[in-house]
Amino acid sequence: MKKLLSVLLAAVMMLSTFTACGGGSAETETESGEKVLFIGGSGPLTGDYATYGTSVKNGATLAMEEINAKGGTNGYTLKVVVEDDQADPQQAVQAYATLMDDGMDVSLGGTTSGACIAITEEVKKDGLLMLTPSGSQLECTQYDNCFRVCFEDSNQGLYAADFIKDNNVGTKVAILYEKSNDYSNGLKESFVAQSAVNGLEIVCEEAFTDQSNTDFSVQLQAVKNSGADLLFLPLYAQEAAYVITQAASMELNVTFFGCDGLDGILEKIGEENKALTNGVMLLTPFAADSATEPTASFTKAYTAKYGATPDQFAADAYDAVYAIVAAFEKAGVEPETEGFNEAMVKAMTEIEVVGTTGTMTWTPEGEPDKNATAVVIKDGAYVAFQ
Amino acid sequence: MKSFFNKFSGLKKSARSNMITLALCLAAFGFVTAMVATGNASRHMKSLLVPICINIILTVSLNLVIGFLGELSLGHAGFMSVGAYAACLFSIAFEETLPVMVRFPLAMLIGGIAGGLFGLLVGIPVLRLKGDYLAIVTLAFGEILRSIIINLEFTGGASGLKGMPQDSTFNWGFIAVVITLFVVMNLVDSRHGRAIMAIRENAIAASAVGININRYKLMVFTVAAFFAGVAGALYGHNYSIMTAGTFDYNKSIEILVMVVLGGMGNIRGSIISAVLITVLPEMLRGLADYRMLIYAVVLIAMMLLGTSEKFMMLRYRLAPKRLIKRALQERQNRKDEKEARKYG
Repeated sequence: MKKLLSVLLAAVMMLSTFTACGGGSAETETESGEKVLFIGGSGPLTGDYATYGTSVKNGATLAMEEINAKGGTNGYTLKVVVEDDQADPQQAVQAYATLMDDGMDVSLGGTTSGACIAITEEVKKDGLLMLTPSGSQLECTQYDNCFRVCFEDSNQGLYAADFIKDNNVGTKVAILYEKSNDYSNGLKESFVAQSAVNGLEIVCEEAFTDQSNTDFSVQLQAVKNSGADLLFLPLYAQEAAYVITQAASMELNVTFFGCDGLDGILEKIGEENKALTNGVMLLTPFAADSATEPTASFTKAYTAKYGATPDQFAADAYDAVYAIVAAFEKAGVEPETEGFNEAMVKAMTEIEVVGTTGTMTWTPEGEPDKNATAVVIKDGAYVAFQ
Repeated sequence: MKSFFNKFSGLKKSARSNMITLALCLAAFGFVTAMVATGNASRHMKSLLVPICINIILTVSLNLVIGFLGELSLGHAGFMSVGAYAACLFSIAFEETLPVMVRFPLAMLIGGIAGGLFGLLVGIPVLRLKGDYLAIVTLAFGEILRSIIINLEFTGGASGLKGMPQDSTFNWGFIAVVITLFVVMNLVDSRHGRAIMAIRENAIAASAVGININRYKLMVFTVAAFFAGVAGALYGHNYSIMTAGTFDYNKSIEILVMVVLGGMGNIRGSIISAVLITVLPEMLRGLADYRMLIYAVVLIAMMLLGTSEKFMMLRYRLAPKRLIKRALQERQNRKDEKEARKYG
């Protein structure tokens, strides 16, 4: 009989802890009477794409600390939380729900496009402002309250094709892209479309997938045989680093041309191969080695804090937090009050932010208006293209 | 009431167990619905409801293959993806013309049929294989499907399928779970179910007594794939984007983990473990950076404890049925003693 009683008691205890779990999460609003502006986002902090999410988290956290050190914004202390979503739409929505339970005021959306698109659906229902640092697919800003910091994929391919044609960087163009990656696909498609418009000659299109992203000898041989003088690489830095090293061993003489994904290549390719990156061109709004402000001080602070050079993702997230704060100051409405979300969304289209990825304004469609500058790598440093 | 209990205890043991399982599911559904209706459920909890239903369907259907037929299949995520894409493409095409009440059940049915068809298709060539060989072939099949989906235009390619209506709700999910349970439990309890289990125990003996092994293997494969397709349809309509990368072999392994944790051939166990494994990583969100590490450690601990003899003894001793029985027995003993003293 005693045993039965103890088991029953244990069961009751477990039940009570569970119910406490369920209801006890919506009370973090005023910790010690402080007024808090809560910015929440998600990104892959574990799994295959962990570097992107970690960069976003670091960049956003750095911005938060800087702003709070200066005394916050409008009397509010900033709170930035980036949850783990493993780049999975399902987990992204769950992370978003957790943040909403905790009283999120503004969303940073998702880091990767797929996760971000899943979040836009939730954001639409809740009406709050979403500013994704790095969701680059078209649908990431499909609703009125969704904005982004990075370029949309198709714009980048278009800029790149025009830039190559206008500046005569190459005449016969080869493309090597990752078929299983949406970013790479999007860039490639818009690049090819724009080439047809402006008459850029594409002599070779080679593809690989995430299952075969270390050995490119077959594709590079095809590029070599096609007689191309420029190889367009709509890739991320890791794959591009493999391509450039393997191309060198095959004595492939082409100009490498990439977009913002290539940022971080100097680090990925390693010290001993740095010479190979001489002459690699990037069309990117962010270059970590830039001497202009605020990029220079951002890079310095980031390197000091995290011991790594910031990449595109970190810079976008850093800018996103500053942009949200700018919108918050412009709107001048208290969080959690009637009309806060609407005022924030309206303010987003009225602000101008001088960020690490350029001077930005936003269109009502949610796209940033900023310049992509071309840089060339010379002796392990980024130099503006002349 | 008394006659109900008499009837209930007069049933076959398996039928009684099935009824308890269904009743537990209904109770859980009622509890959650009440929580949501009274506003006691957090947003986070609500976002987990449909994934829980999806995982229950996947686990119970895979348990049919692994637990009852005794074959290791690692292609369950592949069947799920076929169902998901078929159902979503259907919903996108008929979003304007059909109301939700007609469209979504139809979409689930179409997802199920598409999954079942592929189950049949894969089932035929792999009939000759068993054990590790079957596992490898089904694994490869899932990867082939994923590659095909990435390379097709109408599935959205690598960037994923977008724009499906958000039709999945907890109610639909629960209905799908109940239908799955009903079909799987009845199949297992039927003559066919006994044939399937006979194949698991000894294929040669089974065929010697006249059981058509190929027919039953195909049947199990198709039924399991059908429900995987239904789960896929639920998944696809829960988010506004679906990428082929979700349905890689990791997903199949995840379902396998749920089956093994819940116990092979144990449907109630499958349900419990599906709920647990879905909720666990989300409950650990508070641990931030250590989340996935702790999740893995907890999984290892659960697997070890689940198979440890000492722990099983403890569980046996503490089983509510036994505790109640023992308590009743003790009471009866005391009564008997009293009676004996009275007359003694």
